[in-house]
Amino acid sequence: MNDSSKTIPVLLTLLTYGAVGLIIVLPVLLILHEALRQGLHAAFETLKDPEARSAIRLTAIVTALVTVINTAGGIAAAWTLTKYDFRGSRLLVSLIELPISVSPVIAGLVWLLLFGRQGWWGTWLAQHGIHVAFAVPGIVLATLFVTFPYVTRTLMPYMEQQGRAAEEAAFLLGAGFWKTLIHVTLPDAGWALLSGILLTTARAMGEFGAVAVISGHIPGVTETMPLHIETLYNGYQSVAAFAMAALLVLFAMTTVLIRMFLERSFRKQHL
Amino acid sequence: MKVPSVTALRSSQNRRHALPGFSLSLGLTLLWTGLLVVLPLTALLLRPWQHGISPMIHALYDARLYAALRISFTCALLAVLIDLPIGLLLAWTLVRYRPPGHRVLDAMIDLPFAIPTAVTGIALATLYGPGGWIGSLSNPWGLKLAFTPAGIVIALTFIGLPFIVRSIEPVLRSFPKDVEEAAFLLGASAWQRFHRILLPTLTPPLLSGAGLAFARGIGEYGSVIFIAGNQPFHTEVAPLLIVMRLQEYNYDGATSIALILLVTALLCLVAVSRLRRSVSSGLVREDGA
Repeated sequence: MNDSSKTIPVLLTLLTYGAVGLIIVLPVLLILHEALRQGLHAAFETLKDPEARSAIRLTAIVTALVTVINTAGGIAAAWTLTKYDFRGSRLLVSLIELPISVSPVIAGLVWLLLFGRQGWWGTWLAQHGIHVAFAVPGIVLATLFVTFPYVTRTLMPYMEQQGRAAEEAAFLLGAGFWKTLIHVTLPDAGWALLSGILLTTARAMGEFGAVAVISGHIPGVTETMPLHIETLYNGYQSVAAFAMAALLVLFAMTTVLIRMFLERSFRKQHL
Repeated sequence: MKVPSVTALRSSQNRRHALPGFSLSLGLTLLWTGLLVVLPLTALLLRPWQHGISPMIHALYDARLYAALRISFTCALLAVLIDLPIGLLLAWTLVRYRPPGHRVLDAMIDLPFAIPTAVTGIALATLYGPGGWIGSLSNPWGLKLAFTPAGIVIALTFIGLPFIVRSIEPVLRSFPKDVEEAAFLLGASAWQRFHRILLPTLTPPLLSGAGLAFARGIGEYGSVIFIAGNQPFHTEVAPLLIVMRLQEYNYDGATSIALILLVTALLCLVAVSRLRRSVSSGLVREDGA
């Protein structure tokens, strides 16, 4: 009995290491290995290419815009859904969570149906010199859709736990709506907000399918980092493709670590 | 400083909104959701019927469409079936044994969710491709993984794993240990304890994780297209066929596939939320008793 009670945990732990190593660690190592195949210097040089730089710039702009808009909307939604009771709130939650279950390709397609050449408003807007599809606004819209629920989803559970007493007290003491939100609610939910923002940023930087459908793939103009990785990879520029991939992976790993740290410090605070 | 009068307070309590700003924040939320989610999805729902029902029916007479759907659904299902035991193993080890480095392990499980799909795609295609670390080991044995349906399953297994682990983990963490101890004292073997006590408790979260992973899997694009090979009728997944149809300016074809995928994913999600609700109400009853 004692024998088996020791061997099973050891065996399962080894299997776990093996599974994580094979499924998750190996691909990450491969990305770093391929990026550094010709040395660190060569990898950095590929990132200085004009098209690579334009892709990085576009991704930074899109990510910043998307993060700001979805954070503002996400705070409003989480506040509305947790601080008031109203009819239809469950429907609203389902609507907000809907984009998670929509294929990225569909997330790009829906905007084409509105703004594409055969879309409802595409031709009219194009006649007035406004280009949404195959241009930066379309990329922003597609990325907004894909990253839509994350801030609300991370904020809601903690705003729910907070209850409403602090806000009601602030209000009774004469604080207005904005003062209550900014000085009472958000500082307390700060870590959840930060975690949601980080998740939004990470997903926005890396979105591929939705952006691929609507961007038109014009190198140097509408190519974000993930799209440029595809172009490089299909053009057999392996080092350049993996160098840019490594950049995104390093960012993803940092996000994951910061979120884990945030969650742990929050748990300690509340136990 | 303005102090709200008692009557004002009472009337606002009658409306059950003690806090101000309801219409402002609801308005902002509705505007945000309406413009970015409801509007585009309405376009998807209405567009197919714009020119009557015949283009839509015409679009459904397409053997390539059914082949792509079959490939997407079978590969997503196979990936979930592979992920279930692995996810259970990871969650179990993390919660129960907390081996050295379990914090790093825990963080790594989120990586498939955080790494951009195109990056996953090129990494897996290189890893399992002819000259890759794994491909060069498996190919001499006649085991071709990349550019076959097996490649699609590999990509979807990677993508789906965090969904399974993260749905089991909280349930496993909150599972009362004394139940297992009692079973042990009553002479139940390790297998009996797992099979009779843990598995029934873990079935709902396993199913809900499977539903989430499946819904994600049938829509997955970026991580799949590099490793799949993308041959029609063989390794072409449904989301890729949408892209193909769009490149042909065949919007009817694209929207019909999109609607089928969307409805399937939504059904999965409804099933998952039903499951969650029944599980949590079950727990409440247990606590109340």
